[in-house]
Amino acid sequence: MSLALAADAGLALLILGLAVWTTIARTAFGAVIGFMAYGFLVALVWVRLAAVDVALTEAALGSGLTGVLLLGAAARLPRDAAAARPGWGLRLAAGVVSAAVAAGLAAVVLLLPVPGPTLAPVATATLPTLGLGNPVTGVLIAYRAIDTLLESVVLVLALIGLWSLARDEDWGGRPDALRAANPGAALVLLAQVLPPLGLLVGVHLFWTGAIAPGGAFQGGTVLAAMWVLTLVAGLTRPPRVGGRGVRLLLVAGPALFLAIGVAGFWLGGAFLAYPAADAKPLILAIEAALTLSIAVALGLLLAGPPGARE
Amino acid sequence: MDSLFTLTPPAAWGAPLLVTALMLPVAALMLAFVLGGRHAERVVLATLPIGLGVAVAIAAAVLHQGATLHYDLGGWAPPLGVSLHADGLSATLLLTTAVVLCAVGLYARADFRVPSGAREARAPLAFWTLLLAVWAGLNAVFLGQDLFNLYVALELLTFAAVPLVCLRGSPQTIAAALRYLLFALLGSVLYLLGGALFYGAYGTLDIALLSARLASGDPIAPAALAAAALMTAGLLAKTALFPLHLWLPPAHAGAPAAGSAVLSALVVKASFFLILRLWFDVMPDPLTHLAAQVLATLGAAAILFGGILALRQARLKMLIAYSTLAQIGYLFLVFPLVASPAAAPALDLVQAPGAWTGGVLQLVSHAFAKAAMFMAAGLIAGALGHDQVRGLGGLGRVLPMTVFAFALAGLSLMGLPPSGGFAAKWLLLSAAIETGQWWWTLVMLAGGLLTGGYLFRVLAPALSTRGPPLTLVKPVERSRELVVLGLALCSVVLGLVPLSSFGLVQIGRLGATGIGLP
Repeated sequence: MSLALAADAGLALLILGLAVWTTIARTAFGAVIGFMAYGFLVALVWVRLAAVDVALTEAALGSGLTGVLLLGAAARLPRDAAAARPGWGLRLAAGVVSAAVAAGLAAVVLLLPVPGPTLAPVATATLPTLGLGNPVTGVLIAYRAIDTLLESVVLVLALIGLWSLARDEDWGGRPDALRAANPGAALVLLAQVLPPLGLLVGVHLFWTGAIAPGGAFQGGTVLAAMWVLTLVAGLTRPPRVGGRGVRLLLVAGPALFLAIGVAGFWLGGAFLAYPAADAKPLILAIEAALTLSIAVALGLLLAGPPGARE
Repeated sequence: MDSLFTLTPPAAWGAPLLVTALMLPVAALMLAFVLGGRHAERVVLATLPIGLGVAVAIAAAVLHQGATLHYDLGGWAPPLGVSLHADGLSATLLLTTAVVLCAVGLYARADFRVPSGAREARAPLAFWTLLLAVWAGLNAVFLGQDLFNLYVALELLTFAAVPLVCLRGSPQTIAAALRYLLFALLGSVLYLLGGALFYGAYGTLDIALLSARLASGDPIAPAALAAAALMTAGLLAKTALFPLHLWLPPAHAGAPAAGSAVLSALVVKASFFLILRLWFDVMPDPLTHLAAQVLATLGAAAILFGGILALRQARLKMLIAYSTLAQIGYLFLVFPLVASPAAAPALDLVQAPGAWTGGVLQLVSHAFAKAAMFMAAGLIAGALGHDQVRGLGGLGRVLPMTVFAFALAGLSLMGLPPSGGFAAKWLLLSAAIETGQWWWTLVMLAGGLLTGGYLFRVLAPALSTRGPPLTLVKPVERSRELVVLGLALCSVVLGLVPLSSFGLVQIGRLGATGIGLP
């Protein structure tokens, strides 16, 4: 008990320290590294809070994927970008406001009722009718399916927004921002050895999501990471943005979700309702398509707009 | 706790239409993206009239039944599930959105055509898919009844609206889009934080259940106060109410004309709509009375500040963008006029129908007028090759129909009769006098004068007959002028309709707002 408490206190102090370090870091590169480490520690906090699904997502998306994006941005910024920093007065004011907001929030959170009102028991009790064992999946795919459906469309939209930043003459080309100029032998070897394992892990995460922590977002992120590794090593090339195949892959998840949702009018009595007998296979089909679409979308989001290299 | 839902008759017809309104643009977006090329435009132009039909059908269903429509998605009732909801206000806004987008779609064809010889081009594909996405986001906001679902709707809207700003790809527009993105994301984070606090304190995100729990449990939890404050701040940043307006003028002026029309007429209204719902549908009355004063004070500042800055702009599109700042300010005067302790101690719309109708009318007539104005400015800039206010002398002789449409839209913005803007401002003025809040009338009158001033700067030289005739760089297509004129006429005609026929906007609100019930 006290040992766990000490570990938690250490974790909290470490996170605070990293947050301060990230804020005051002199170089953009240093700040990004601090931010990534910070994200992994926050994921550990989620594990300690028994929210493994959130932990997986935080580690994969919040820290891993965002970190890679930020590293790319830091590498492109000019060295003397620090000259554009705001003055001490402004930074002090921002710090004071942030601290005040954080203190206010902390006070409000401490005043929340204990135990808090929660929908978790209802969410769990209804799961067997869906053939599921993981309440998080129940929330994402059944009770609040509309949110997941719209979020998966937001992902496609983010990609359209990114592609719209290309130059007109590059349209239809390949996004080539990721390929390393000179991939070393070690990187190529890694990109050959790791993906088969990563593929297994990604598919497992998707498959196990029905009964245990995991699901389309986590599985998709792992698959995207493996694809990105092969892109960086130059073993594969990203598809042309004009291709119909890649666009079909991108919308496969949300489109199947929407189609099964519409079928729910007749099969389950309402939009996005599942028939009692076949809920689980339908849910797995949606999750599989979502995993694929998420993996392609995340990989392409990292790869940048078409023609980024030239 | 589910008793609230058994109050609504389950047999209401038209409820599945809410799903159609939400999902039609989403399905069309995916189709347009996969087909690509010239098909993207065709998909949009085919979808727009269907969507308009759905919006008309929803308005008819609400009006015919005189009641709010509900739909529990997946058959899961709140609080576990998410429901959609359309009262008179939602139906009005769905309809306004569909009309404006139809006009924008027709107008934008000339600007976003795939050049001959190419299979697909960057700007057209992005524009047509983003237009559908904006539509999906707006409909999701107007139909949402769940605070987290509304967050997703706001995200959809943000990610659709921001790239519209920088479709031209110039460094200035990319900087404007980035600034917009930062403000909008800050707004999203604050909104999400508020939602989390509401759930932590009351265990539900459904607006109706939340309002019932807030009303029954006193004293109100500090978390609810913090949540409402955070959400309001976030939504104000997205609405660009003074002093959180810094992002708006460069963004709205930098977008292509069709994009500016969508952003200024519709997108900023979505977050305003959520502020309205937060304070009238979620929070208890006494707090709304307090918040109303703060919001209206900021609105008054926006009216004056936006008007004065619009007077000083050199570019026509910047002038129109600053005009949006000022017109957004009027919307916030609705709060103290509807929630006035003097007029309506129980925040009952039976006693303040005028202010409510006036506010909605301002929202709708501004949407039509501002869309028309931005699109007219686009035609002018295309024809002259520039949009300097100084170089507009004699424009009325070469582009009479465009200038006429601009002037009609201006009529509504100034609040001159006969126009929708006049009816709106008249209702707000009378409400202010009836409730003894005369100081707001001063702000509205000053705002009207400022609006007259900055529009005079455009119209006086444009209508003058002296000076050498202007030469046009490019001819203007008659069909596009007609679209702009049509929208401008919509904003005027609203003022000719008898006020009693605006009963639609009151449905679901007349004394049954679900708040302040003892």
